[in-house]
Amino acid sequence: MYGLGILKGLSVTLKHFILTFVDDAKRGKGRYRSPQGIAYKQSTELSGLFTVEYPEEKLPVPEEFRYIPFLVYEEEDGEKKLRCTSCGICSKVCPPQCIYIVRTVDPETGKPVPTPAEFCIDVDICMNCGLCAEYCPFDAIKMDHDYEIASFDRMKHHVFDISRLAKPVSYYASIRPKNYKTEEDARAAKAAAKQGTASA
Amino acid sequence: MSDQSAVVGTVTEVFPDWFSPDSRPGYAGYIVPSERMREAAGYLKNRKHFDMLTSVTSADYFPEDRIEMVYHFRRSTGGEPLRIKCFLSRVESQIDSLVDVFPGAELQEREVWDLMGVRFTGHPDLRRILTWEGFAGHPLRKDWKEPFFEDEIKPYKSRWPEGKFIRAEEKNPLGDNLCFPPGFDPESWVPDKDEILYKSMTRVAKAGEDGMDSDTIIVNLGPQHPSTHGVFRMVARLDGETVVDLKPVMGYLHRNHEKIGERNTFLGNMPFTDRLDYICSMSNNFAYALAVEKLLNIAPPERAEYIRVIMAELTRIVNHLVANGFLMNDLGAFFTPVLYSLEEREFILDFFEAASGSRMMCNYYRFGGVVRDLDENMMSMLKAILERLPRKMDELEKYLIGSEIVRIRSEGVGILTPEAAIANSATGPLLRASGVPYDLRRADPYSIYDRFDFDVCVRYHGDIYDRFMLRIDEIRQSIRILKQAVRDMPSGPVLTGKPQYQVRVPAGEAYGRVEGPKGELGFYLVSNGKTNPARYHVRAPTFINLTSLAGMSRGNKVADVVTILGSIDIVLGEVDR
Ligand code: SF4
Ligand code: SF4
Repeated sequence: MYGLGILKGLSVTLKHFILTFVDDAKRGKGRYRSPQGIAYKQSTELSGLFTVEYPEEKLPVPEEFRYIPFLVYEEEDGEKKLRCTSCGICSKVCPPQCIYIVRTVDPETGKPVPTPAEFCIDVDICMNCGLCAEYCPFDAIKMDHDYEIASFDRMKHHVFDISRLAKPVSYYASIRPKNYKTEEDARAAKAAAKQGTASA
Repeated sequence: MSDQSAVVGTVTEVFPDWFSPDSRPGYAGYIVPSERMREAAGYLKNRKHFDMLTSVTSADYFPEDRIEMVYHFRRSTGGEPLRIKCFLSRVESQIDSLVDVFPGAELQEREVWDLMGVRFTGHPDLRRILTWEGFAGHPLRKDWKEPFFEDEIKPYKSRWPEGKFIRAEEKNPLGDNLCFPPGFDPESWVPDKDEILYKSMTRVAKAGEDGMDSDTIIVNLGPQHPSTHGVFRMVARLDGETVVDLKPVMGYLHRNHEKIGERNTFLGNMPFTDRLDYICSMSNNFAYALAVEKLLNIAPPERAEYIRVIMAELTRIVNHLVANGFLMNDLGAFFTPVLYSLEEREFILDFFEAASGSRMMCNYYRFGGVVRDLDENMMSMLKAILERLPRKMDELEKYLIGSEIVRIRSEGVGILTPEAAIANSATGPLLRASGVPYDLRRADPYSIYDRFDFDVCVRYHGDIYDRFMLRIDEIRQSIRILKQAVRDMPSGPVLTGKPQYQVRVPAGEAYGRVEGPKGELGFYLVSNGKTNPARYHVRAPTFINLTSLAGMSRGNKVADVVTILGSIDIVLGEVDR
């Protein structure tokens, strides 16, 4: 019969419609705006409505998620010490060339000092590729998870300098616990090996 | 390339002055004198069954006075491509057009003219295609420099160690960075060039049935039109509601990806390839990695091969879901089917995000492997997706394919015959839905596709409905491949050698290609032994598939043109590059 195909198709839509309410009733309040609700929306068990009510609801980002880089600093006796040695690798590898680094020069000897005098990233140009973080040999630059950076004046706010880029190691460890652990383990192993050869 | 030498070997005996092997180290294929090219192409097509001209491009060897035309021919029955080159002088840069032998060369030759300034004699419609009429010069020539030109190659010296930040606008205030061709005044310019475009279209003086002369009208669809999937324009000549002729107009999203690529380092191009076909970044990465690996002569470890295949097949599923969903939009099933498709796509994107850090701009492949491994968690995530997808595909099928509206609007509409598809160099679902079972994964296998058990999908009517169904078939086959890949995946490293940010690539040329979700995606690279590619060309499948658009649209109604375009499945990021 003509129109049967459409009716059959519409039965699928109807099923979706009904399932949404069934699912709501079954899961109760926890389905929306709660962590377990979001986890449910990301699981393949999902039936019914799947849209996320941003900004009230936010999908958790996975550890590897990357957005605009930041510079990692260590806190030693209340002093912030950037890990960056201003070796320049990140600015060389950056595909759109949006990292600008001024190397510190010792005013007396004229020799370079391994810390950046200035470090800025034009975030309008950054393509969030993550190559800088991937190839930094000192684990000094890492990709951030904070993606809500909208501002009113791009001319004023969209070139991030050290004050905006620097974030503590503890923050890094909190957003990327697995990576942090692997790196720390590798560093410890290296230090141990060094000590071993030194004492031997 | 043993297959090729057997083919052309006999030719070189018969016509010793036609084909001479390209014996430069790192190069392959044959060199043909430019005045012989048209005959040689006809010979390859008619006598040697190289019936598809898949890629036409060129490379500038400045400061030498040489532009090389590079053609890749294929057989629709499978096998490696045959590469033919012609040497042209940079000053004259003129060669016979191949359009009458291979209609698929039409848009590609226009691109070469636009970007490289090679004139094709005998081309029916040699106008600029990606840039506009007021554009000065031919940007892919090595001596052409862009307005914010800083240096020939990256990394730029101004970033480190004295990297004082200056905005490009401050260095070069707006207005000072424009240049126009000699004699071109933007103030007095009247954009009249479209007259030529309109005149180039077929006119049929036709007496109506009632004996009245009816005139045809020109209608512009786009560039700002929701049906065109981006900024794309179709100029149609209509007789009543019937399309008499149609021309695609593109370039609104052009950014000269290839020039950017030639300034970039080899590695720096990887994230840029994501932005070509932004729905399928993983397959773009794949093709580019294959091309560079050919130059480097390295192979990824086993585990990385499996991961690559997994990612490429997931990408195919994503693409086909999106393509079919939006095709339904074009048919008037507004956003319900597409949302059902996107729901499934969401899981795959979550998977991509967990693996690569980004949902769409994955930047996941590296030369000799992939960035990082998939852990146990992710594998169970993948298994769950593979569990759910077949069920959902059945549902989607039940929802759509029986629908009378879908069938009436798509069956027998926008027909592309197998002959026309091959002649127009169509690839991907467009070709396979026209009854040509040609899939690079089988026809010219790469990576580890020869290990998997899957069918090359094919449908025979060549209409919109078959293209739609073919994509559903392919999703099913991809799921099959994925299941085998998950089952067989070995453990081990995922990258050959150490991660390197500055790869030095031996001099030579390479053409890496994959069966992307939309067709043959190829990268033609020339390296001169430095850290940047000397030539970086993208053979964009959807750009070339658009060659078939006019033929498919003629004789159909205007309303169908929108769905025909939707069934080709274009992405403007890739068409315009
Ligand atoms: S962030 Fe890393 S790569 Fe960049 S300059 Fe500092 S130490 Fe070198
Ligand atoms: S993420 Fe990529 S584009 Fe952004 S600063 Fe790092 S290397 Fe450059």
